[in-house]
Amino acid sequence: MLPDPCPLFSSEDTRHTDLMATWLQFALRFVLGGAIVSLFSFVGQLLKPKTFAGIFSAAPSVALGSLALSRLAHGAEHTVAEGRSMALGSVALLVYSAACAESIRASRWPVWLTTGLCWALWLLTAFSLRGCLLWVTQR
Amino acid sequence: MKPELNWAALDKAKPGQYLVRFAFGGLISVGAAALGAHWGPGVGGLFLAFPAILPASLTLLKDKGGTRQACDDARGAVLGSLGLCAFALTVMSAGRAPLVQVLLLATAAWALTSIALWWAAYRNERA
Repeated sequence: MLPDPCPLFSSEDTRHTDLMATWLQFALRFVLGGAIVSLFSFVGQLLKPKTFAGIFSAAPSVALGSLALSRLAHGAEHTVAEGRSMALGSVALLVYSAACAESIRASRWPVWLTTGLCWALWLLTAFSLRGCLLWVTQR
Repeated sequence: MKPELNWAALDKAKPGQYLVRFAFGGLISVGAAALGAHWGPGVGGLFLAFPAILPASLTLLKDKGGTRQACDDARGAVLGSLGLCAFALTVMSAGRAPLVQVLLLATAAWALTSIALWWAAYRNERA
């Protein structure tokens, strides 16, 4: 059997430390993400007209904290790859927002239901675009 | 029509609404990280543009301000999402620069694109 590479800690201790670090990073992401989302939301609420305030509903609130932490944890190449995918996600957000505007105007269903159902449209658009990108780049 | 600050909106704001937004924002951040850790940054990055709080905002607006305000907010989000695309493209092209520089540049790209598009689309619209 090979000797333990780190004599101070057993492999179980190392696993425990890794797990603690992962949970700490998730907790940090939760607080940072939540705080930035609340801040942008607060600014949006203060503004009128609502077409202008709506810009803040599509602010990079989740992205700012997440990109900062992933850059510190995984380096620049990881951030660039996330940026590439985020561009596809933002096109899906455009489709989602336009669908929400139309459904609110035309539908008699509750807004929480139609905007919730439109999440499926976001998922479909985002993953279709990603599929297209992978197909084009792997040809 | 010019953008203005509406301080009266603060009187209507409830702390519970911010708690919901805080929780959703936090959950989506953690979810994107977890998906990225499992399937890589190609999948995790998609969720950095997930419409986490838009349903809650639109529902509140429809209840308090009516269909017109909720619809206008969603139309504004269409422009904001083009700004978000500019943010992502900036991160993609300048991502190897120092972190603070990347985030400042990208946020400026989001703000400039969104505001310019809003100005082009709505400056002549009546309130």
